[in-house]
Parts: sequence; C-alpha cells; structure tokens
Amino acid sequence: MTEENAQIVVHGVSQVYRPPAGREVLALSDVSLEVQGREFIALLGPSGCGKSTLLYLIGGFLPTQQGSIRVDGKPVSGPGPDRGIVFQDFALFPWKTVRANVLYGLERMDLSRHERERRAQSFIDMVGLGGFEDSYPSQLSGGMKQRAAIARTLAIDPTILLMDEPFGALDSQTRRLMQSELLSIWQRTPKTVIFVTHDVQEAVFLAGRVAVMSARPGCIKAIVETQFDKADPHLLKSPDFVNKVDEIWNLVRDEAIVAQTARHP
Amino acid sequence: MSKLLARYSPLLLLAVLWQLAWYFEMVSSTALPSLVDVASAWVDLLRSGELLRNAAASLYRGGAGFLLAVVVGGALGMIMAWWRPLNLMLSPLVEIFYPLPKTALIPVTVIWLGFGDASKILLIFLGCMLPVTIGAFNGSRSTEQVMVWSARSMGASRLRILRDVVLPSAMPELLNGIRTALALAFILLVTSELVVAREGLGNLIGYLGSNGSYEAMYSVVLTVAFLGFAADRIYQYFMRWILAWRDATTG
Repeated sequence: MTEENAQIVVHGVSQVYRPPAGREVLALSDVSLEVQGREFIALLGPSGCGKSTLLYLIGGFLPTQQGSIRVDGKPVSGPGPDRGIVFQDFALFPWKTVRANVLYGLERMDLSRHERERRAQSFIDMVGLGGFEDSYPSQLSGGMKQRAAIARTLAIDPTILLMDEPFGALDSQTRRLMQSELLSIWQRTPKTVIFVTHDVQEAVFLAGRVAVMSARPGCIKAIVETQFDKADPHLLKSPDFVNKVDEIWNLVRDEAIVAQTARHP
Repeated sequence: MSKLLARYSPLLLLAVLWQLAWYFEMVSSTALPSLVDVASAWVDLLRSGELLRNAAASLYRGGAGFLLAVVVGGALGMIMAWWRPLNLMLSPLVEIFYPLPKTALIPVTVIWLGFGDASKILLIFLGCMLPVTIGAFNGSRSTEQVMVWSARSMGASRLRILRDVVLPSAMPELLNGIRTALALAFILLVTSELVVAREGLGNLIGYLGSNGSYEAMYSVVLTVAFLGFAADRIYQYFMRWILAWRDATTG
C-alpha cells in the first residue's frame, strides 16, 4: 500500500527528447519513483541523465509520453500552484521589482490586497531580502536573486517544491550559505522537496534520500538513505558523512559498479 | 545648457558655413538661399497659417498610419511567435515584402484608395508594420521558457502570460522596431505627399519648389528635418522610461 501513502508516484515513465535538429534521445527509460509527503529527496546524476526532465514532468511542464505520474492521487495534467518550482537561472521577471515578483503569484489567490502585501513582505524577510523590496533583479547578486526566486515560489505556499539545480549558478561560498538556509526554511515550513543536482555533497547534505541516476537512457540506478543530523556544525567532516559521499560518488562515477549494485525501486 | 550647445555645435558650424557660402556666392543663391531669408520665409509661412495647416494634415496621416502599424504589427508579431500555423503562413509574406521599397506602393495605394488621406495612411501603415512585426516576433521568441513556466506554476493563464511575460520580454526588440518604423513613417509621409497630394508638408515642399520659392521650400525642408529629429528624441526618452528596469544598476 506504499503507493497510496506516497504523495508523488512516478510509474514506468519513459521520455524521448526530440531536438530541433539531430537524432532523438531517450531521456528517461522506465523510471519509477515514490516520494513521501514532506520528504526531501535529491535527484543526482551527471548532466544529460534526464533528471531535470523528470522534474519538469512532475511539474507538468512537459506532457508525459509513456508511464504515469500522480501527485496526491491525481494524474498530473499541467502545472499548478501546488507544485512550486525554482530554476537554476532564477527565472525572475527582470521588469518587476523584488516585491512585485513575489506578489505575482499571490495576485491570483483569494486574498485581500493588504493580506497579499503582508504575506509578500514576510517571505521577503524570511529569505533575508528586507530592504531590497524595490530593487530590480539586475541590481541583485546571484545569491540574492535566488533568494528572491525562492521567496516568490514559497509565497504561493506550494505543498511540493521542485528545485532544478537552484544553486548551480552560485559561487561556492554563497552556495554553502544557501544550502543551510534552505534546510532551515524547510524545517520551518515542511514541504516535499525534489532537489535536482549533480553535486554529490550537496545532495547528501540536503536530502534524506538520494536517487542516483545514470545517463543515456536516464534511469534511477539506486536510492540511498542519507539521514544525518543536519544541525551538526561538523557534519561535513564526520566520517559517516564523508563515507556516504564517497559511496554515492562511486555510484555516480563508475558505471560498472552501478550496473552490479543497482537497486531499482 | 552648455553641454547641449557643445553637442549640437556641429549644426551651428554647418549653419555658419551655409551662410558664408551664400555670402561669398560660392554657389548660386537659388541652390542655396541665405539662411536669414529662409528663416523669414518660415515666419511668413507660419503667420499665413499655411505651415500649420499642412503640418496638421501630415501629422494626421503619419500619426494614424504609424499607430495602426504599431498596434497591428505588434499584435501580429506576438501571435506569430506564439502560434506556429500563423507563423508558417505569414513569414514568407514578411520575407518577400520586407526588402521591397515601400515607396513603390505609392501608385498602388492611390489606385486603391484615391488621392486623399486614406492612401497615405495605408502606405505608412504597410511600410511601418513590418519592422514592428519583426521586432515583436523576435522579441517574443526571446522569451525565456523558464519564465513562462514560472508564471504557469503561479497560476497564470495563457492570455495573462502573453501580457505579463511575453510582452515585457519582447519589449526591448519591439521598441527598437517601432523606432525604425517612426523614421520610416516620416520618409513615406513626405515622399507620398510629394508625389500625389493636395496638402501636407511634402506637398508644400513640392509646391514651393516648383514655384521657385526656394527660401520657403528650404524652410519647410528644415521643419520636416526638425520634426523627425524631435520625434525620435521624444521616442528615445519614452523608450528609456519603459525600459528603466533594464538600465537599473547597483548603487
């Protein structure tokens, strides 16, 4: 009965990518995955393994060609405010200020103007952008832009947060900082998070489970439990953590070992 | 003020050279009359009301054709980018008509709509529409997929996305296309009025020239040049105001 308990059920999904020119690529091959409510799961794999495609399918941005995806028991037929998304390149509206960006999703919610403004402000404050409400995205650093994008997505209160390599465009210090902040936000406002990344350490640090994907055709090679005490300031240096990163790194790197130890869900 | 003076000092220099050339009779005075006489002829034209009457006729034709082109061309370009069948149908037409000198259509529009305002408005509309359409099309196509997806996940309908995401994304290229159209509007207006019209600034230039009133003719030519310049300046301020978000920088 696990299928009925899981919030997101991906079953036997295959997806062919047809580029404007050149040959078709099998982006995903028979992918199945279950994600529990309020779980933080990472989709980890090399570029071209179809992990973003899987995320876009769950988001409803691409039509599913084969297989099925259900969210809260209902088949996905398009994007919806229950699934918020954060992209690597922020996707902020550059012609809108930070406040107007965060307000955008709220405009279609049944809220009074005052309530919308209050709510936008509280999320802007939450991501530490207080004082930058009237700035345009072009006036912000990469990290600040991603904070604004996260605030915009969280403001519509999605139950599921889809994150497509959200920290991939940031420098390493900012990335580390944003990872900690994301964790603390997730602990305060528990949501289901699907986090796409190709950074092993990031995946192990953030997620409770890591789905390791292999490339061409993209499929899930293994799902590894990565439960740690995220509050431990020395976590990244602890032997358990380092070993887990090593273990997953080997899965990602070595196709021969992957083939032998693959555990299909 | 002094900066403005410095910037346009080459124009001042040109005026002085003009006046000197006339003074020392380096060219015949019919080819290049005294700038002072040109100025006084301008004042005469203004006082008689002839300049304003013709300018009003031109403004009406140019304005109507230009605005129609902006609205229709802008919408067409956006829809072409949004809806593939329309693009497939119209893009060969756009490609064929784009390099055609629109002045070649002057006789055609006259046959269709006669010698009055309508034929000029149609000509300006046809000529100005293409750069606007192309600007709107290319601008819309540059809309980032992830922005559209973000808007959709925030509950925006397709029509709203067109207005809230595609139009602002297209704005920089659209506004550049409109600027080209603005310059074209002046060219087509004056040319068509020169060829066939009963009034308008172009007609006035032709009429005064064939009557040998060269001072007055020059004054109208300079008026048209100034109006074109002023329109472009005003348009640039408008553009900068619309695109303020793009030029916003840190600090």
